[in-house]
Amino acid sequence: MAKKEKSGEKLRELGNDLVKQINKGKGPVINLPVRALSNVSFDKKSRTLVLGNKMAQRIFFNVAHAKKFLQTMEVASVSKNLLKEGKHASLRDVFYMIKRTIPGTKVNLVDDQSESDSCIEDLELITEHSREKLNMTANKMGSVVGNVTILDRGDTIQWNKMGSGGYSIPSTVEEIEFKKVNAKYVLYMEKAAVWERLNEDRFWEKNKCIIISSQGQTTRGIRRLLQRLYEEFRLPIYVLADWDIYGAYIYSVIKYGSIALAHMSEHMAIPTVKYLGITYDDIEKYGLQKHLIKMKDTDKDRIKQVASYEWFKDNKDWQRQFEMMKKLDAKAEIQALSARGISFITEKYLPEKIKNKEFIE
Amino acid sequence: MVKTKAEELALEQREISVAAFFEKNRHLLGFDNPLRALSTTVKELVDNSLDACEEMKVLPEVKVEVRQVNENRFVVSVQDNGPGIVKEQIPKVFAKLLYGSKFFRMQQGRGQQGIGVSASVLYGQLTTGKPSKIISKIGKGKPGHYYELRIDIHKNEPEIVKDEIVNFELDHGTKVEIELEGKYQKGKQSVDEYLKQTAIANPHLYLIYINPLKEKIDFPRVVNNLPKEPKAIKPHPYGVEIGVLLRMLKGTKAKNLLGFFEKEFSRVSRNIAKEICDKSKVDGNMKPQEVHHDQAEALVNSIKNTKISSPPLNCLSPIGEEALLKGLQKEIKADFYGAVTRRPSVYRGFPFQVEAACVYGGELNNNSEELVRVMRFANKVPLQYQQSACAITKSAISTAWKNYGISQSKGALPTGPLVIVVHIASVWVPFTSEAKEAIAHYPEIIKEIKLALQEVGRKVGGYIRKTVKAREQAERANLFEKYIPELSGALSNLSGEKKTKIEENLNKVLKKSMKDILAGVDKEIVEEVNNNNNEKPKKEEKQSKLR
Repeated sequence: MAKKEKSGEKLRELGNDLVKQINKGKGPVINLPVRALSNVSFDKKSRTLVLGNKMAQRIFFNVAHAKKFLQTMEVASVSKNLLKEGKHASLRDVFYMIKRTIPGTKVNLVDDQSESDSCIEDLELITEHSREKLNMTANKMGSVVGNVTILDRGDTIQWNKMGSGGYSIPSTVEEIEFKKVNAKYVLYMEKAAVWERLNEDRFWEKNKCIIISSQGQTTRGIRRLLQRLYEEFRLPIYVLADWDIYGAYIYSVIKYGSIALAHMSEHMAIPTVKYLGITYDDIEKYGLQKHLIKMKDTDKDRIKQVASYEWFKDNKDWQRQFEMMKKLDAKAEIQALSARGISFITEKYLPEKIKNKEFIE
Repeated sequence: MVKTKAEELALEQREISVAAFFEKNRHLLGFDNPLRALSTTVKELVDNSLDACEEMKVLPEVKVEVRQVNENRFVVSVQDNGPGIVKEQIPKVFAKLLYGSKFFRMQQGRGQQGIGVSASVLYGQLTTGKPSKIISKIGKGKPGHYYELRIDIHKNEPEIVKDEIVNFELDHGTKVEIELEGKYQKGKQSVDEYLKQTAIANPHLYLIYINPLKEKIDFPRVVNNLPKEPKAIKPHPYGVEIGVLLRMLKGTKAKNLLGFFEKEFSRVSRNIAKEICDKSKVDGNMKPQEVHHDQAEALVNSIKNTKISSPPLNCLSPIGEEALLKGLQKEIKADFYGAVTRRPSVYRGFPFQVEAACVYGGELNNNSEELVRVMRFANKVPLQYQQSACAITKSAISTAWKNYGISQSKGALPTGPLVIVVHIASVWVPFTSEAKEAIAHYPEIIKEIKLALQEVGRKVGGYIRKTVKAREQAERANLFEKYIPELSGALSNLSGEKKTKIEENLNKVLKKSMKDILAGVDKEIVEEVNNNNNEKPKKEEKQSKLR
């Protein structure tokens, strides 16, 4: 991402350009790259998802675009004010800062936060600055524990002295400075509850590792943190997720990047990440067949979709996992391991898997 | 000697006259509450008047007056310009139940059983004790006969209270006055509504109505010729049940069974008569009166298995598309009217014909939550009760109105500013009860109603599409006007340019290219511009929510 111009200047440029179009008697139009699967490809060299060069036009005087156009400009205007005042707003704040009913109509400028969020992502592409540089931040989500010392806004923080809750990962981790990192690997897990188990059993201490979790989707802050831990300390990253299509996709987002944020892959993707489990082989090996959950129709559709993605298409290991999901018509949560005992995961499952290097790429 | 229980009971067992039966079961004929009793009485009298006028081939002119005597007592008076009734028949027509000319005839008409008018007379008598008053005159120069009549409930025979000769203002016609206990109300199932709907289905009728509030309502005549005269037909074998067959066998003048079938039924030739008799192994040469029950049953069964062509269909008298539209236009103010008359069809050997109409927009309820009104007619008579039990309602519910731009929840009538009208004409309309308020669910009938509703639905759908599109376009143009100040504010903040200037220029662009903008309304596709310009524009794919 080009950093030549400051984000505030980029916003001013955007405004000037549109006003120029209007003064020439033209309806204002914004060009921006298409953020959809059709314009995302898997770059074999970098092994990440990259945005193609298809451009879409957002035309104000088009019924289908008008509202979205207005939303984008409102978000830009909010960003400009935030930069001027030197303040940060959460995505939720931004939603409320532009939310209102347009005078003389029954139309709400935005009805749902997903609309303003999507405009913020568009603005990242238009200005070539990340939303953090536009002074808009996501909620912090996720916890980390490990033998690590950092400097965050002038405070020295030891990740191994954070009690039961751990250090909570901020939405932007760019400013964090690592003072000491004493770990052999990083274990990222999809489930906060599993993280709690590992922390209670002090798994990170016994196994000299860092454990990180979020609830569900992996936030940008966590992805960037994982990437820094890999790039700056060459720590291997392992992912522990449910054995279902969503777990597989969570892994794929960390490894290759996401479709919606393909323009950010460079700052997020970690192609060396490995998938630790749960796998079909775990289910067989540890006899979890009776602890599965039945699939829904939507799960099956999603499997079909994900299995056909370019970056999964030729991956035999994953295709085999997808086949087995369909064959068993079932999925398995990480917590299914608790059927073998509450600390089975920390005492047997994880140490064995890591020792034997039972990973999927 | 001690009597056995059976002998004891036998003392109490006796014949119940129809009239006595009615006294206890008035709900069967539509007299279950005072509100409905008033409406039924008006209905029976008006139906009779219309049938009489049409039989004489005069354009009907009917005066209806409902006077309130005291809180719950009314006098219903109906006068027509029909043929009148000969003196000797007057007492029987009005004061003997199940007496009439229509019961044995296969002809489309309003009344069928000859029960309605005398039932009203009886109801009036039971609730007020007063006799009914009838004046009838059969031609110019003939006397007007005035009767006051009661029904002898046990004998089901007329009881003449007064018999006089009076002056009658018309050359011919009948006037009936019945005093009864009732309740008057405006609204959905009222007398007013019944007469309004009658005027819709009978646009050749001139009706004057004075209601209990002394309001005079004129329903003008908008069609100046009589509807096609319904022809009487012989019954078709497919519609015959065993009881009817036995009765017909007894009453026929035919010498033998073959002759009976040939003579008394439509579409039965000598050969078909032979086929029916052979199949049931009954001798075709036997006397009809000697056919016993088992043989009759065999005959009915073999009729079912014999191929007989459909009954003649020229016996029906629909309202007609044009007349129905005229009737609707004069009584309901709306933006759109559409009507359809289907070709005749047959159920169980009875010919029938379906007509449907839709009225949309205008003064009709604009509350989009409210269910639409369904006006149901059978042989040009409005059906006001038992809507949910009726085949018409069922058909309207199972029609997919969404296809025509009208909103509808699953298993319910559609909603919006719409009135659905359905008319069924038949020599024998299959009602679910003698109160004649709901049509039975014969699959052949439901199918025809649905086809008619679909046809008329397409008409109203075409209209809705056109008007809705025009309105949406206007709304969209309006939307841009409202968006411009908002956009100008944001752009002014970004660029530092004055808001008023941006707004002014944007409005100029809007005015200049309004046509293009509105024309582009349907083109809701994000056009993709490829940097290399070697790919055709494509529709943008829906963005994946998962990341």
